[in-house]
Amino acid sequence: MRAAPIPEALLDPNRDPGGSREAVGLGSSAGKGLDVRHGTILTLEDINVSFDGFKALTNLTLYIGVGELRCIIGPNGAGKTTMMDVITGKTRPTSGSAFFGETLDLTRLSEVEIAQAGIGRKFQKPTVFEALSVFENLELALKTDKSVWASLRARLSGAQKDRIDEVLHTIRLDGSRHRPAGLLSHGQKQFLEIGMLLVQEPQLLLLDEPVAGMTDAETEFTAELFKSLARKHSLMVVEHDMGFVGTIADHVTVLHQGSVLAEGSLEQVQSNERVIEVYLGR
Amino acid sequence: MNQPMTITLAQKAGPRLSLAVGGLVLAILLALPLLHLLPADSALHVSAYTLTLVGKILCYAIVALALDLVWGYAGLLSLGHGLFFALGGYAMGMYLMRQSAGDGLPAFMSFLAWNELPWYWYGTSSFLWAMCLVVLVPGLLALVFGYFAFRSRIKGVYFSIITQALTFAGMLLFFRNETGFGGNNGFTNFRTILGFDITAQGTRAVLFLCTVALLTGSLYLGFRLARSKFGRVLTALRDAENRLMFCGYDPRGYKLFIWVLSAVLCGLAGALYVPQVGIINPSEMSPTNSIEAAVWVALGGRGTLIGPLLGAGLVNGMKSWFTVAFPEYWLFALGALFIVVTLYLPKGVIGLLRKEKEQ
Repeated sequence: MRAAPIPEALLDPNRDPGGSREAVGLGSSAGKGLDVRHGTILTLEDINVSFDGFKALTNLTLYIGVGELRCIIGPNGAGKTTMMDVITGKTRPTSGSAFFGETLDLTRLSEVEIAQAGIGRKFQKPTVFEALSVFENLELALKTDKSVWASLRARLSGAQKDRIDEVLHTIRLDGSRHRPAGLLSHGQKQFLEIGMLLVQEPQLLLLDEPVAGMTDAETEFTAELFKSLARKHSLMVVEHDMGFVGTIADHVTVLHQGSVLAEGSLEQVQSNERVIEVYLGR
Repeated sequence: MNQPMTITLAQKAGPRLSLAVGGLVLAILLALPLLHLLPADSALHVSAYTLTLVGKILCYAIVALALDLVWGYAGLLSLGHGLFFALGGYAMGMYLMRQSAGDGLPAFMSFLAWNELPWYWYGTSSFLWAMCLVVLVPGLLALVFGYFAFRSRIKGVYFSIITQALTFAGMLLFFRNETGFGGNNGFTNFRTILGFDITAQGTRAVLFLCTVALLTGSLYLGFRLARSKFGRVLTALRDAENRLMFCGYDPRGYKLFIWVLSAVLCGLAGALYVPQVGIINPSEMSPTNSIEAAVWVALGGRGTLIGPLLGAGLVNGMKSWFTVAFPEYWLFALGALFIVVTLYLPKGVIGLLRKEKEQ
């Protein structure tokens, strides 16, 4: 595979990543075709979502930089999952703008188009194709032509098989490749779903509570995995487990009642008066 | 060392056994029409009644297979597949009516004092055009219906109810004399097909062989689809449609393809059913018929290809025996059968067979 050409602007050592925006553009390998001139891969501005009068998101503004690993924390009902729904096209905002790169308007694309454009999502509850084997799960997720005609005639190439094998190894499921995914343990399903995201080769990964229900060892391994993914991909991780957030995050955003309460490193956020108030009760 | 050996042997015996049984069944099916051609006093002679009965069941088996493709694989339970079956049958029936009417109008039209054919009857005296209609009418209806249903993301029980309403509406429409399809009597009194006497032994044998060929062809197509990536996408669609969409697949195209294919197979089965049974009327579109087809699939084992064939064979075999022996009790027996399968055989008869083999 040919590496994407690196835009010259990104190579400038004095470059201010994201301009006046708060995104931290660490990486340099955004995929082909995506315009990331300003170092932001995801731009959410003044997003409002309301369900029957209940305001799930209020003037939410958030930027994710290219190659960044961003953690989103916040109490229950803060709007974390709704925000992911907006990004993936599942929920349409009542107002506000959402852009992937500089030009792709997420509020106008369908869920499928957004997925094809390069945003992958892991659900809160692990969702895999239970009747299919682990290998077949990865085969379906693999980045390729996903039209009906292509599927009717699809054959895996050697390179594609190698790619699946590689990911199977990464997520430590080599031994279970032919097991039906429905028989995997909870933690294994989580890993399989992460593996499916990997073979899909998205540029932005949205991960909703990826370590929920994992053992300590699995959590530790996931942290390693995510750290190795950052820079090559951009990651947005919603997580409750503060220990986990502390190990992986370079940048944390706290959501509360549908908007951003605080942003910064974990220590900064944890010492923020308002965050303490929200988490410990007033 | 010994154990893996036996395991591989057992695994190899599985498909071989299935292939042997399948080959045997196919051989019997191919022999039946030939035995029918024997003189009537021969001990091996197969009566026209038996041949027609088996031919009819084979047509139902094709419907079961077609329904299983959409229900068992893609998770779309259609309770209106009888409509596609009947439409294929009516298209064939139009041709047969024209054959028996010669240059005049079909009998029921003269009875209604009509002077000329309605526009949609034009060309139906040609066998080729009738065959086109057999494919096009169910196919286009399924395409239009499916396009709107899948675009609006109608699924689950809502989808089933709408398909049932569709076949019910079709039945009401065809019951009307003004629709031009013979009203509640439908089409009957066929005489010839392609110039051959429709009740002749040779014609019956050929029709039977065509049915066997269509069934085998559908089965082969089903196998190819189930083994392809397309088949795996359908399974994924059934189990986790959202996940599939976030993988970048558009479910609409996949659903529409299998839905239309299934409708066309039903239409073809209907077209072979009519000349063998000798009648087509709107009761074929009644919702109960379509529900019965779902029972065949559930009983045989959905999501497998052989299961629905077994189910269609078993239920219809029992039906023809029961309706002769204890006519009043058939529906009770069918109900009881369905309850037993739901409670004790969630994977159908085929699930039972597989379990036996594993033990």
